Amino acid sequence: MTLRHVEEQCFKVLMVCATFLILGSLFAVIGVILVKGAGALSLSMITQTSKGGYYLGKEGGVLNAIVGSLYLALGATAASLLLSLPIAFCLQREYMKKRTANMVRLLLDVLWGVPSIIYGVFGFTVMLFLGLRASLLGGIAALTLLELPIMIRAIDEVLQMVPRELKETSYTLGATRYETMFKVVTRQILPGIVSAVILAFGRGIGDAASILFTAGYTDHIPYSLLDPVASLPLAVFFQMGTPFPEVQERAYASALILLIIVLLLTVSSRLFSRRFSKFVIR
Amino acid sequence: MCHITIKGLNVSYGNQHVLKNVSLEIPHNKITVIIGPSGCGKTTLLKSLNRLLELQDGVKISGSVYMDGESVYDPKVDVTELRKKMGLLSQRPYPLPMSVYDNVAYGPRIHGQRKKQILNEIVEKNLKAAGLWEEVKDRLKTPAASLSIGQQQRLCLARCLAVSPEVILCDEPTSALDPFSAQKIEETLSQLKTEYSIVVVTHNLRRARRLADYVGFIFLGELIEHGEKKDIFENPKDERTRRYISGESYL
Repeated sequence: MTLRHVEEQCFKVLMVCATFLILGSLFAVIGVILVKGAGALSLSMITQTSKGGYYLGKEGGVLNAIVGSLYLALGATAASLLLSLPIAFCLQREYMKKRTANMVRLLLDVLWGVPSIIYGVFGFTVMLFLGLRASLLGGIAALTLLELPIMIRAIDEVLQMVPRELKETSYTLGATRYETMFKVVTRQILPGIVSAVILAFGRGIGDAASILFTAGYTDHIPYSLLDPVASLPLAVFFQMGTPFPEVQERAYASALILLIIVLLLTVSSRLFSRRFSKFVIR
Repeated sequence: MCHITIKGLNVSYGNQHVLKNVSLEIPHNKITVIIGPSGCGKTTLLKSLNRLLELQDGVKISGSVYMDGESVYDPKVDVTELRKKMGLLSQRPYPLPMSVYDNVAYGPRIHGQRKKQILNEIVEKNLKAAGLWEEVKDRLKTPAASLSIGQQQRLCLARCLAVSPEVILCDEPTSALDPFSAQKIEETLSQLKTEYSIVVVTHNLRRARRLADYVGFIFLGELIEHGEKKDIFENPKDERTRRYISGESYL
């Protein structure tokens, strides 16, 4: 066996080890949550709101947190998508000089790295100034700030991969830049947009720090944008912080529910995007 | 009067002078073939006609292009209307990321055609004109990307015809295709010249001989000579043209 073959084998072993290490830790996390949380998971957990105040009670469920988390994450993801698409389009060479665009990209990458508690504190400061209290609206706004840079950069990356000839084809038929962007390019990058949405949604629904001050916590399901709203990550946080083992077990059950929601949404959006990826030009 | 008149066209990318003082007339309802070695500015010449060139960074264009006597580079010209009049068939087919039907209907739709009945007619008529109808009539809803590359190129031709252009610009339209598909495209182009003025860019001399009515020879950015096919192929005036056509080294 020559040195080159040894090299090849070593590298292969390294790759396989790294993959198993990552997969192993992932399954360990899921396993711990399953083992510890499955006992507390019951129908009442997902059909009733919590009883006994701020998740400390041992009765009832976390319906308020499930609904709250969905409201917050879906609202923020929808708002981010509406804002991200035009911003990402704007960064392309048709609309912006390359130097300026790269500068904006750098800023967005910095924003991507900002810890979410900063967005929470910033949102809280603005809300104090406006005289708002912790509410669904505030939570959605803070989460939108958190999700925006992720979504813009993810969409921007796939936009830059669109072949120039594809856009030129549309132009030669007499299309405007707007028509080209929204009717041709958007279809071409639809699978990429779905990935961006999943990425941002996952970050949004799992984040606790940015909504701690802005969305608040409550035992009730919100009925308006100005009501405070509960969320699953904060439910886990509070339940885990109690000295009662039964309530701590409910924290694992809440985490399990969060995991299942993310899994369901990821799988369904993948299926959705597969239907459209047939049309993508390679 | 000629359909398109190019006068003293100069194009440079950065400090690279790609087209040098090119003047050429493109007649109505004939096939004009531009021949010349690769990298001599043939594609640049085509793209300067429908103003696709100006979308690239760092391009400088001077000189003038007239279509039916009207200046193409006039700031008052509506670029989308202009491009609609000049269809472009590129070297590699680029179908749009949608179904076969929507590919052909895309052009008419953006130009305001909403009626289903009329769109159906346009799609059928142009797929027939491009010689693709029989092969795809039962799968108009399938993604265009699922067609073979030869079929895709004919689809691109149908899509280009669907906006009723006056001129068809072809940039090596058959070089990526198998011989059978290439022949089909050539036959279609020969039939289409009764209705359209066609400009074909190619470095394939046999194809040029088969297709052309008029020929222009471009070499290192200069238009060396142009004229009737017979004159260029049988009696070239310039030594460089003679050498290129006879396949001798032209350097």
